[in-house]
Amino acid sequence: MLKIKNLHVTAAGRPVLKGLSLEMKAGEVHAIMGPNGSGKSTLSYVLAGRDGYEVTDGTVEFMGQDLLAMEPEDRAALGLFLAFQYPVEIPGVSTTTFLKTALNAIRKKRGEKELEPAQFLKLQKQKIKDLGMDAEMMKRGVNVGFSGGEKKRNEVLQMAMLAPKLAIMDETDSGLDIDALKVVSEGVNALRGPDRSFLVITHYQRLLDYIKPDIVHVLANGKIQKTGGPELALLLEEKGYADFYDATEAA
Amino acid sequence: MSNAAIAPETLETIKSLDKYEAGFITDIESDFAPKGLNEDIIRFISAKKNEPDWMLESRLTAYRHWLTLPEPQWANVSFPPVDYQDAYYYAAPKTASAPKSLDELDPKLLETYKKLGIPLREQEMLNGIAVDAVFDSVSVVTTFREKLHSAGVIFCSISEAVQKYPDMIKKYMGSVVPYTDNKHACLNAAVFTDGTFVYIPEGVRCPMELSTYFRINEAKTGQFERTLIVAEKKSYVSYLEGCTAPKRDENQMHAAVVELIAMDDAEIKYSTVQNWYPGDENGKGGIYNFVTKRGICKGARSRISWTQVETGSAITWKYPSCVLLGDDSVGEFYSVALTNNYQQADTGTKMIHIGKNTRSRIIAKGISAGKSNSTYRGLVRIAQKAENARNYTQCDSLLIGDLCGAHTVPYIENKNPTATLEHEATTSKISDKTLFYCRQRGIPEEEALTLIVNGFCKEVLQHLPMEFAVEAQKLVAISLEGSVG
Ligand SMILES: Nc1ncnc2c1ncn2[C@@H]1O[C@H](COP(=O)(O)OP(=O)(O)O)[C@@H](O)[C@H]1O
Ligand SMILES: [Mg+2]
Repeated sequence: MLKIKNLHVTAAGRPVLKGLSLEMKAGEVHAIMGPNGSGKSTLSYVLAGRDGYEVTDGTVEFMGQDLLAMEPEDRAALGLFLAFQYPVEIPGVSTTTFLKTALNAIRKKRGEKELEPAQFLKLQKQKIKDLGMDAEMMKRGVNVGFSGGEKKRNEVLQMAMLAPKLAIMDETDSGLDIDALKVVSEGVNALRGPDRSFLVITHYQRLLDYIKPDIVHVLANGKIQKTGGPELALLLEEKGYADFYDATEAA
Repeated sequence: MSNAAIAPETLETIKSLDKYEAGFITDIESDFAPKGLNEDIIRFISAKKNEPDWMLESRLTAYRHWLTLPEPQWANVSFPPVDYQDAYYYAAPKTASAPKSLDELDPKLLETYKKLGIPLREQEMLNGIAVDAVFDSVSVVTTFREKLHSAGVIFCSISEAVQKYPDMIKKYMGSVVPYTDNKHACLNAAVFTDGTFVYIPEGVRCPMELSTYFRINEAKTGQFERTLIVAEKKSYVSYLEGCTAPKRDENQMHAAVVELIAMDDAEIKYSTVQNWYPGDENGKGGIYNFVTKRGICKGARSRISWTQVETGSAITWKYPSCVLLGDDSVGEFYSVALTNNYQQADTGTKMIHIGKNTRSRIIAKGISAGKSNSTYRGLVRIAQKAENARNYTQCDSLLIGDLCGAHTVPYIENKNPTATLEHEATTSKISDKTLFYCRQRGIPEEEALTLIVNGFCKEVLQHLPMEFAVEAQKLVAISLEGSVG
């Protein structure tokens, strides 16, 4: 489903990713852990197609297609979703309008019929309820005046509505208290299925207590330094990232 | 990181699209006044309209004064001096020298308005909006006359009003914007050719939206129309004007005057969707839109509200204003001014508080893209006797790209210490991150831009009559195409 091979990326002329390789199968949940500044967000942006990052080497195949050759909106239509570490605010555009525009744009790209307003609202209502969100919030500008937790919940709502094949979650746990973390995790777990994969990026092991990964990778110095099962996350919690720095320094 | 929000290739693609859909020319034979401007031309216009002597005299007085006036220099716009002799001041379709019934109207004109999305045939109208169609220098038709007449509402061309209601015209025309006001308004007083007159009697709520659709068609022709709306005590009217012109390489002048008069407890809502030809992407051609609009809240508790969406014109120079004379009267100004390519807009309002407890509210949204320049210029004046006057002003500018400009020039003159004045201003730029966020959700770049800009304008657009709010949103989208860098 996702094959990243030897990915090299520079940001503002500085190498950030230096030969990252990663493979994911449909339905799998992978976690990427790494210290601040190790390139986690960079990886998520490059996969989603943000400007300002230059891929100097390597390939990414997603759903059998050359991902890096595609526009961001086409990647979205193909089933890639990124839950942002820092979601943006869009004043004057209600979350409902935003989501309806997004969903219909994706459906149109896929050659599907656009949803009638009533169909859309019904779908949205259900998802709002599942996530324990306040329907009133949907009328407000996207993320405008939302608390940190509300913003993250809104990301998960969008994920639920757009039903991606691959959801990349960039530090969705940061800034959440334990209750919010539980709600968000439950929302994510409810979306797990054989056709949907998750790439969960986090700095802390805590999130992985709630979203159980199949595979854990450690990212440091622009490369995957180690890959293992959930136990790797616990090991990291205990020992920190120091060992992995040493490993790269030696390499 | 780079602020280049949008990929250059995409920009090129959008740039190549030509979206000014109103840019066609109607092939119709016209009557012209000889080219140029002098007293004989003014006599010609007046004779064409069969005007009484007092009207001609008033035009000539204005003309003589105009000769003495300098061009206004204070606006933040630049253009070569206008050659007033190199234009026609009167052009009218031969088939439509006077307003006719729809059945008599030249099919070419019907077709023109249909193409512009203004079906004049009443049965084709969905929402029952009465239209005065002004084509170059003349009003060619006004619809729904009977229905309005039975409600006591007068809705006719200003030329007709000069003939039929001379007393009202004498009393009110020039009473809010005198010919001495400024050079453009003075020229209008001398050469105005048509426009709309609306009179709402006491206690009447106008049963439908009224509108005027201005169309410039001929080359080298200026359009000088006047609109006069009088709302008697406890009456209400909502009026909308729209404007378009063909694409031409030359600049054409549009110098209009609008006067509104609201008596006790009356309310006038005046909306404008201005889509004059803006010129091409290199700044060639386009309309000079030099307009003087002013309303007076004469009566107590009266209310005048201006809403404008200005997307067209090479240069926009207009400041719809309110004189709040009646106690407890209210003036409002809601504006979206969008400039792209080489367009220039210097627009805003004046709120003159004279009565007690008068309130005014200004919401101005400027969007600049391409190499354009947009200035908000607004005056809030509180006279000595205006006890407890209140003003709230909010000016927001949105920049798209690095080559455009946005400026805010507020003037405050306060002579009464009981006044409450609030002013907020923001300038922001569409960030690459916001656009990326939208695109990540599957929304293509141009659609994302439109969504963000319409969100930015929402507070203003929601003041337009419903039918036009949707149109205005589309217009914003179209005007933005080819923007950004
Ligand atoms: N757009 C950018 N321009 C310049 N440097 C960047 C940019 N994005 C990321 N970087 C740099 O790349 C490194 C990795 O950043 P990031 O991917 O945000 O790490 P993480 O998400 O793991 O904390 C940092 O040193 C950061 O400063
Ligand atoms: Mg990060």
